[in-house]
Amino acid sequence: MRSESGVEKAPAGLVVAVGAVLLFLHAPFAVIVLYAMTTEDASFRFPPPGLTLDWFRVAWNRPDVWQALGLSLQVAAVATAAALVLGTLAALAVHGSRFFGREAVSLLLVLPIALPGIVTGIALRSALSLLGLPFSFWTIVVGHATFCVVVVYNNVLARLRRTPASLVEASMDLGASPFVTFRRVVLPALATALVAGGMLAFALSFDEIIVTTFTAGQQETLPIWIFNQLTRPRQRPVTNVVALFVIAATALPILLAHLLTREKGGGKT
Amino acid sequence: MAAERPAVSLQDVHRHFGDVRAVDGVTLQIRDGEFFALLGPSGSGKTTCLRLIAGFDRPTAGRVELFGAPADHLPPYERDVNTVFQDYALFPHLTVGENVAYGLTVRSVPRAERERRVAEALELVRLPGVGARKPAQLSGGQRQRVALARALVVRPRVLLLDEPLGALDLKLRQQMQTELKAIQERLGITFVHVTHDQEEALAMSNRLAVLNQGRVEQIGTPAEVYESPATAFVANFVGVSNLVQGPLAEALAGSPAAFTVRPEKISLLEAGAAAPAGCCTVDGRIQDVVYLGPHTRYVVEVAGGAPFTVLEQNRERTSGDVQAARGRPVRLAWPRDANRPVGGAS
Amino acid sequence: MRRLALLLPPLLWLGVVYAGSLLALVSQSFFRLDDFTGQVVRVPTLATYRQLLTPANVDIAVRTTVMAALVTVADVVLAFPLAYFMARYAPPRLKAVLTLAVLLPLWSSYLVRVTMWKLILAREGVLSWGLEQAGLTPLLDRLLALPVIGGPSLSISPIGAFLAFTYVWLPYMVLPIQAAIERVPRSMLDASADLGALPARTFRDVTLPLALPGVAAGSIFTFSLTLGDFVVPGALGNSSFFIGQAVLAHQGTAGNIPLAAAFTVIPMAVMAVYLLLARRVGAFDAL
Repeated sequence: MRSESGVEKAPAGLVVAVGAVLLFLHAPFAVIVLYAMTTEDASFRFPPPGLTLDWFRVAWNRPDVWQALGLSLQVAAVATAAALVLGTLAALAVHGSRFFGREAVSLLLVLPIALPGIVTGIALRSALSLLGLPFSFWTIVVGHATFCVVVVYNNVLARLRRTPASLVEASMDLGASPFVTFRRVVLPALATALVAGGMLAFALSFDEIIVTTFTAGQQETLPIWIFNQLTRPRQRPVTNVVALFVIAATALPILLAHLLTREKGGGKT
Repeated sequence: MAAERPAVSLQDVHRHFGDVRAVDGVTLQIRDGEFFALLGPSGSGKTTCLRLIAGFDRPTAGRVELFGAPADHLPPYERDVNTVFQDYALFPHLTVGENVAYGLTVRSVPRAERERRVAEALELVRLPGVGARKPAQLSGGQRQRVALARALVVRPRVLLLDEPLGALDLKLRQQMQTELKAIQERLGITFVHVTHDQEEALAMSNRLAVLNQGRVEQIGTPAEVYESPATAFVANFVGVSNLVQGPLAEALAGSPAAFTVRPEKISLLEAGAAAPAGCCTVDGRIQDVVYLGPHTRYVVEVAGGAPFTVLEQNRERTSGDVQAARGRPVRLAWPRDANRPVGGAS
Repeated sequence: MRRLALLLPPLLWLGVVYAGSLLALVSQSFFRLDDFTGQVVRVPTLATYRQLLTPANVDIAVRTTVMAALVTVADVVLAFPLAYFMARYAPPRLKAVLTLAVLLPLWSSYLVRVTMWKLILAREGVLSWGLEQAGLTPLLDRLLALPVIGGPSLSISPIGAFLAFTYVWLPYMVLPIQAAIERVPRSMLDASADLGALPARTFRDVTLPLALPGVAAGSIFTFSLTLGDFVVPGALGNSSFFIGQAVLAHQGTAGNIPLAAAFTVIPMAVMAVYLLLARRVGAFDAL
């Protein structure tokens, strides 16, 4: 049953099933593009009565959209910056030596992403209430940074593991102190991993809704704005336009990060 | 005798990793200006010794001295020692020129002088003009030379080489062996060369140390080590040796003490032929023949002992003659003074 | 020593902020809310946990857990053919393309993907229209009339929530299964065929058991993510609460953080048990 290339041909039934699943995964995107352009504004009527690009202009002119977008961008920027610094420090420390409690540190770093978002959210919320701290921009940032750290940490650690140890030794052998070695040899080796980790962290933060709901008080990030819009029958296509934008804003950075950290020879992420 | 300060001195050095004794009491002195080889199989501790000299590791016990001064506490960037790594360790994000200049850049050498010295170093390793390329664009042999240039440009007093020729093919390796030797003689600095290839060690070094399981088996010139192996291990690791012991030793040498004989010292005579005076002789039958091109290796069954390995040059023979020899009865003969007594038997 | 100095800032952040707040959470669940004053009484008590045992709250927990289980099963059924194809039959280029095809939806905003289903499942939306064209509308009506899982429209019913959950977590299930199947050495399958097993038999006796760790690993995601979610049931469910919504509601205007905390302990406890079981099946090696 082998074809010429040496790979077997799949049974027809399997190919059909695969096609169906792929269709299931991707068809909904077509739907949202369609609904961003429908002329019907209060319901989700199909087929749409007409198509228009007007809603893009309407969305552009909505102040609440801009406000939510601005907040999301600021939060993502600060959270990413914090995650880059903390994640790199943690990865350097864990990679460098076999110290007591190393496993525990790895577990602790992974926990925010491994536990359901709701746990992180309510945990932070209850800590805030115990400490009597009011909700603010900074509470949102703290929440986001907590799970963004591990994303940077993973990327940097993976890259450190792929970098031959002899490079650091060679640098020190030639007279560079550990700090100079870090600056001249380690950092360049980490460069693309840092960019990738940063972009992943940015996308995660931009898209995040569960933890944010608990730490945001009255403020609306873009995802919260979308969520609130879902139950309001007013200018629905605007929500869809914004949704399209969010897809691009999250998928593109992650795609770039994926391409940056791909091993030569087409390994898997 | 005026004791010149040795370039490198290891005094009863130990390096233990938990239960594993990678270096188990090594004492050796390397003289300034000599080409010294650390020879041994994998796991013998030779690379660990190198790392202790370079400063990437600290001994568990014992002293490491460089030019008479203790060096244990010095980190690698403060030692006047440079290393050529086994995997070359060229910085992928820098060009060849920047790689070679690295040691100078880190020492804030001004640019004009830097460029001059880099060009000089690349000339020395016979790679002029590749400064602008990236390491990934070079072949293995070229990368090896760049690693060498990079280590030499800072003018260390001791150069360490960690199996630098391992990844090269035979012809290239032999060529590099000659070049390395020439460079060392020209610069006059101390080279310490780690290798598992005994031919390489014999060909290049002024003196060598044979290491086994973290301990020194013998230190000496190539001739001393090859012709007078101190232990059975050295006899069998450096070249091949025939070990004769027990009743056969008694019959041949008058005492049951074990001794070794090199295969190339033995001649194959016709069965029953008379041997020259002062020779030991043993009768046997040719069990196996391996044609190696310039010489042939015979394995000869003898009564009362392990089979002998004999190496003969194919001066008049052809491969046809050689193959036909299988199964033939022969007499082995070798000069008595080729026997070497064995120190600790294996 | 230098290492510890490097590690201190991130540890401080995570230790104090995160682990500390987890402890705060669990400790909150042992307090209770005084109904009269509306304040949290900081005296250790099991009263709040007893509140969890009311029929309404038990309902919520059971409803959420059942949904998580059903979603997991559905995702396994959907993911397996794709994962199997990618692991066994796809040549390298196609495999890279398919991997991207599976990852892209995952990378696109989670919230937006939920929104998409609201559009698709709407009463007047594309799915209804399609069913109408196929003459299957009466079937849909009967489905919606079912007691527990029905609702006024697909987009406001547990069925709708189920569909949306299955959709958003599907990529999380495909990749571990694919990795696990790929790890089955070709030689094992050849050996099975060599010993006389038909392809279907080889699949059942060799591939399937060896793919199990991947299934278990993927199910950790689908189960855990469903247990804690409030977005999907909020957008697509009817008025019956899921755990996530209960937590959100109680900590919100009611300020009943103890009860919210107690509710949160449920998914944590369930996941702890689940993780133990999954570890037994080898899921951790497949992550």
